[in-house]
Amino acid sequence: MIHIFLMAVTLTCLFPLLWMLRCSFMTNDTIFVDQGLIPHHLDFTNFASAWTKGNFGVYFINSVIYTVSVVTGIVLISSLAAYSFSRLNFPGKNILFYLFVAAMMIPLPGSFVALFVLMTKLHLINTRFGYILCMINAGLSMSILLLKTFFDKMPHELEDAARIDGCSRIGIWLHMALPFARPAIAVIVIFNSLNVWNEYILAFLLLGDSNLMPLQRGLVVFQGANSTDYPVLMAGLTMAAVPIIMVYLFMQKYIVKGLSSGEVIG
Amino acid sequence: MNEKARCAAILKNNFQNFLFVLPAVAIFSIFYVYPFLNMIFLSFHEWIGIGPMHFIGLKNYQELMGDHLWWDSIGHAGYITLIALTFQNVLAFALALACDREIRLKRFYRVVFFIPPVLSEVVVGLIWNWILNPEMQNGQHIGLLNHYLYISGFPQLVHNWLGDPKTALTTIAIVNSWKGFGWGFIIMLAGLQTIDKQLYEAARIDGAGWWKSFIHVTIPMMLPVLSVVVILTILGCMQVFVLIIAMVNEGLVNHTDVPVTCIFSAMQNTNRFGYACAEAVIFGIILVSFSFLTKKITDRFKQV
Amino acid sequence: MRKVIWLSSIILMVLAGCTQPAKPGNKIVLWHWMTDRNDTLQQLATEYGKETGIEVSVELFAPSDSYSQKVIAAAQASILPDIYGILDKKTIVADFIQAGFVSNLTQDMEANGGEWKNQLFDKALADKRFEDGNTYGVKPGIYGVPIDVTNEQVLYNKKLLAHAGIARPPQTFDEFMDDSQKLRRVGITPFVSGWGELWLLDCFASNYAFNIMGDQKIFDTYRGKVKYTDPDWIKVFSLFAEMRDKGLFIDGIVTKGNKYAEQDFALERTAFAFNGSWCVDVYHDMNPNLDYGVIPPPPLSNASYPLKIWGSAGSVFVVNASSPNHDKAIAFLKWLTAKEQQIVLAEQTYNLPSNKEALSVVSPVLAEFAKGMEQSTHPNVWPVNENPTVVEAFDRGLQAIIIGEKTPQQVGQDVQMVKDKQTAEANS
Repeated sequence: MIHIFLMAVTLTCLFPLLWMLRCSFMTNDTIFVDQGLIPHHLDFTNFASAWTKGNFGVYFINSVIYTVSVVTGIVLISSLAAYSFSRLNFPGKNILFYLFVAAMMIPLPGSFVALFVLMTKLHLINTRFGYILCMINAGLSMSILLLKTFFDKMPHELEDAARIDGCSRIGIWLHMALPFARPAIAVIVIFNSLNVWNEYILAFLLLGDSNLMPLQRGLVVFQGANSTDYPVLMAGLTMAAVPIIMVYLFMQKYIVKGLSSGEVIG
Repeated sequence: MNEKARCAAILKNNFQNFLFVLPAVAIFSIFYVYPFLNMIFLSFHEWIGIGPMHFIGLKNYQELMGDHLWWDSIGHAGYITLIALTFQNVLAFALALACDREIRLKRFYRVVFFIPPVLSEVVVGLIWNWILNPEMQNGQHIGLLNHYLYISGFPQLVHNWLGDPKTALTTIAIVNSWKGFGWGFIIMLAGLQTIDKQLYEAARIDGAGWWKSFIHVTIPMMLPVLSVVVILTILGCMQVFVLIIAMVNEGLVNHTDVPVTCIFSAMQNTNRFGYACAEAVIFGIILVSFSFLTKKITDRFKQV
Repeated sequence: MRKVIWLSSIILMVLAGCTQPAKPGNKIVLWHWMTDRNDTLQQLATEYGKETGIEVSVELFAPSDSYSQKVIAAAQASILPDIYGILDKKTIVADFIQAGFVSNLTQDMEANGGEWKNQLFDKALADKRFEDGNTYGVKPGIYGVPIDVTNEQVLYNKKLLAHAGIARPPQTFDEFMDDSQKLRRVGITPFVSGWGELWLLDCFASNYAFNIMGDQKIFDTYRGKVKYTDPDWIKVFSLFAEMRDKGLFIDGIVTKGNKYAEQDFALERTAFAFNGSWCVDVYHDMNPNLDYGVIPPPPLSNASYPLKIWGSAGSVFVVNASSPNHDKAIAFLKWLTAKEQQIVLAEQTYNLPSNKEALSVVSPVLAEFAKGMEQSTHPNVWPVNENPTVVEAFDRGLQAIIIGEKTPQQVGQDVQMVKDKQTAEANS
């Protein structure tokens, strides 16, 4: 019974992926005419075209650099902050926390111009560092909120025991809080990887040289202002989706039972 | 003597605690606070993006209060959010519960349910436009949905889903939920994983069945995670934007406008940066109030 | 703890090393948004480099929304490149000029007896030209260099028309309506256009507005002397009601992006389409065997004024007045609009050249498009433009008529209400 339900949902989720794959094996003139799911004639050249025409090599490496740096930065900075909000005390703690949470809610579409001017003044325009810092900022609020929720659930006795044993605050953060919130950290890694990997608005705004551009820049090449090379675009999108799915595959096993309960008892 | 030493120790302690949040606060102040203040500043001006800014005080806000298209757009976003809170999150919770046990293909499901969130809006827009296409060619329905409705014996249900004001928004809301349930799913699954197994053991020993232990163990332990999911759903859905453009372009008259499309339209189509910033500020205030309300309600629940 | 410090330092070092070196001299930077022409532009830039030793860096930022945002942001930060485009309305262009970011090219254009100017279509130059006594307060002159021209007309599929027993494409609006019904009778959808993009809808309406009331009355309406509830405007709105009632439109036309509309026509799902001359490139990619022709929107038989299509420069580049490489930039643009380079652009990207001498190489269908350039007009060359908020209400009103939600009279009243409000705001 449950399986029928799960399978039905699965079908709706798999369909787009299969459709993308199917399109990437066709050509521009057959892609809409051919109604079936399995193409009559397989064209394998689209993937190669996407890689070369879209200059995927450079952009791919850039996307990887950005994703890894931003996610590492966010995990470190937000877990430190969330731990402090959850477990430590200092004046103004609550106000600061609510400020962070409020920041998530105020959209900044009109802020692009201000951000651009700011980055130019700081000489961070058209640099990797500048873009990475901006992206770290974008993901901080949500990560802090999520991690604080998980840290709050950590049982106090364990912490007290460790403190009595002489463990420093940093030590507790590193050896207890982080492992306890492993599922939450996995979620944050996945969420921010996805955001950075698919981001293009800020990248186009803050970066100029094409050898600093992320993968989305490569995909834009196939989406002309007027005509779109759909098969190559689909091939490009499929290739772009693969690394993210792999990150998810790798991370999702941390959202697994057993480890956490083990920590609590032992 | 002791007093002074103790005060100094507390101060040092507080400072060290503050150091933990320092990197976050530093980045935040530079990259968020300055553009934010700039946005508030702009909302009191009239500006087309270049050239001088004209100070006009509260005129943007006054105009905004009477702009029925803006308030309608908030209603539309609210509707999409409502569908997400009910349909999407109930679905996600049900799936998380189903995958929390030891069942076959558990890992497979966990991967598959996350595929919609991974897809870019471009792909989602293309696919759903194909599925919901209302046209016919050579006597055959082009859109998959209409095609299958027709051949499975429901020709009266064949419809112009995205082109009819009555169904357009709901259709978008459902597609939005389809794309988003994967997030709720993994966050809730993560939350379910951290519930102490012993609590379930204790409930079982007490003779509680599945439903009882769900009400008395799962829900209370999941309350903080559930409230985070609710807040994130509200924030995410109220700010929906790219999906609307991917599905209905500039919109069906004004029936599919949402706050962010209004803000972008004010910036790009009518070149009114000041007005756009005023819209953004008001929108932010509404969202903050909503989250505040939600938190108060969940806190009340926790006490119970 | 040590691991954390170690990890953080590594990251910081990597990031710090990732800043960019300073740019060398003898180089000009060009920002553009045309993904389909990127390769050709790069190719031409390399050629120019070989010929003159000046390196031209061609940088692409797409889609055009992102491009516009970047240009505005760069203007604020005063770091605009040597050559770029302003995709916005003429008032914005005027502001850019007054801020000192756009060079006045009149002198270079008029040099040697107008050598450069005379090569290019006058309609194309008019796009970024400011006349004497213009309402923007800008010194009169030519401020931009067009590299192509476009116009928007109606396309018809010869095969589908023949199938419905229609001997020749419609010459009047009444014939157009008759054809629509003939096509419906044989199960063919008559007409498609990307009216999910409001400007294209506005363009079609504008064509008929010129037909019904002539330019004077239209401009008087923008000036506020004529109301949108005037019978002539109601006539314009009523045309859309009539088209809807005669079954002209494809389902979902008001939410259809132009890309999807192009698919529909290329895949022979409709007999007519309304699109711009760039569509030739698109249709060629999707269906090289498509047999089609070009006509202006069929005018009304009893109208007092001629119908005017929109046509103007397609893509225009301006030169940054505050750039040190200003003269080199102008030289490059002059080269880019010369006959040989224009021929290369026209052949590789299927667009109408802005250089008259290059017109000979275009395909037959493009030549049909080119015929319309002489009678064309464009908002950028009008003496006065309507307030954008009113334009949006106007376009939304047309959408409402098409889906049967509002009557022409209601839309007239609604638009006039918005106009009155905007006028009151402007005066207060």
